[in-house]
Amino acid sequence: MSPTYYLLLSALLFCVGAVGVLVRRNAIVVFMCIELMLNAVNLSLVTFARVNGTLDGQVMAFFVMVVAAAEVVVGLAIIMSIFRTRRTASVDDANLLKY
Amino acid sequence: MSLSIFAAAVSMLEAASTYSAPGVVSTGEAVTFWILGPLALAAAAGMVFARNAVHSAMCLIAVMFCFAVFYIVQEAPFLGFVQIIVYTGAVMMLFLFVLMLVGRDSSDSVVEVLRGQRLAALTFGIGLAALLVAALGRALVAVTPAGLGEAGSINNVTGIGRLIFTDYLFAFELTSALLITAALGAIVLAFAQTAAHAKRGQRATVTARLRGEHDRISPLPGPGVYATANSVAVPALLPDGSVAPESLSEIIDSTPVREIEQPEPDAHALTGRPAHLDEAGDLR
Repeated sequence: MSPTYYLLLSALLFCVGAVGVLVRRNAIVVFMCIELMLNAVNLSLVTFARVNGTLDGQVMAFFVMVVAAAEVVVGLAIIMSIFRTRRTASVDDANLLKY
Repeated sequence: MSLSIFAAAVSMLEAASTYSAPGVVSTGEAVTFWILGPLALAAAAGMVFARNAVHSAMCLIAVMFCFAVFYIVQEAPFLGFVQIIVYTGAVMMLFLFVLMLVGRDSSDSVVEVLRGQRLAALTFGIGLAALLVAALGRALVAVTPAGLGEAGSINNVTGIGRLIFTDYLFAFELTSALLITAALGAIVLAFAQTAAHAKRGQRATVTARLRGEHDRISPLPGPGVYATANSVAVPALLPDGSVAPESLSEIIDSTPVREIEQPEPDAHALTGRPAHLDEAGDLR
């Protein structure tokens, strides 16, 4: 077995997350799918760090985690404020900026 | 139970990978991968296809635990524990919190808004997966990892800290600005609605009353209470003994009640002096 399999797994999980973002209509589940995609990229970064023998990939993954945490906070606050005004968490109903 | 198995496997594998030569993938690591990899894929698929959002969140927690094990096995113990603490500990708890606030039973609508969108999304996903797997399989199939050596086991935190505070110092500083901005943004977004119809304080109410924004300066007088009756139909009396009409509710006014005899207005009702002294001009 070679570390390539980790990259394959991360690619597959990224695709599953992308399909989830496109298919699901609940804003919170869409958000969780985005988290899955970020995690998949993190796994490939860690694998690259191991293959290359340097720690830079791990530092990159660390920064991705920080950015993801900030993104989750702001995104969930936006979902909450949309829910307060529209009483829904579905992405189909937040269409005020559509036309 | 499965978690304790994970923990045992992790400790065993970490010991195995620490003492193996760099560039070698141990058998234990392969076993871990072939157990947890399909598990992570199944949990991810469950997250996408579960109807209930809470089940989706649980599946995502399972995926993140698998990722943490992968990090630890792949010579990144610090990131593995950060994954468990930050993602499964903080981020997923935040998700569950918001799920409970929004309503646990807010399951997805089955209605397809754009016709054929689900099919198109599935086709896109399978195509993307096929492309990525084919490209990676051709490009990297026989790679041997260089390995991190000591930096991947006991010196992992030291190495990451050194890199963050030397090569990536500017990015790290930017990260702190990002975190502060995110916290402020969350506060602004969470309090924007409550500030619109905030309750007015006592001081602001008194100022508004004195400025004439209300109908009258004082609140309406309450109904009077006498020894013979404690009904709200009994009006309050003004200092001169007359009935204060504002103390009576309009609803009670419109219902037929016994007439209350009106005493003559008497400015000295509270002092007990007879009214005729006033008319005689004794005191004024």
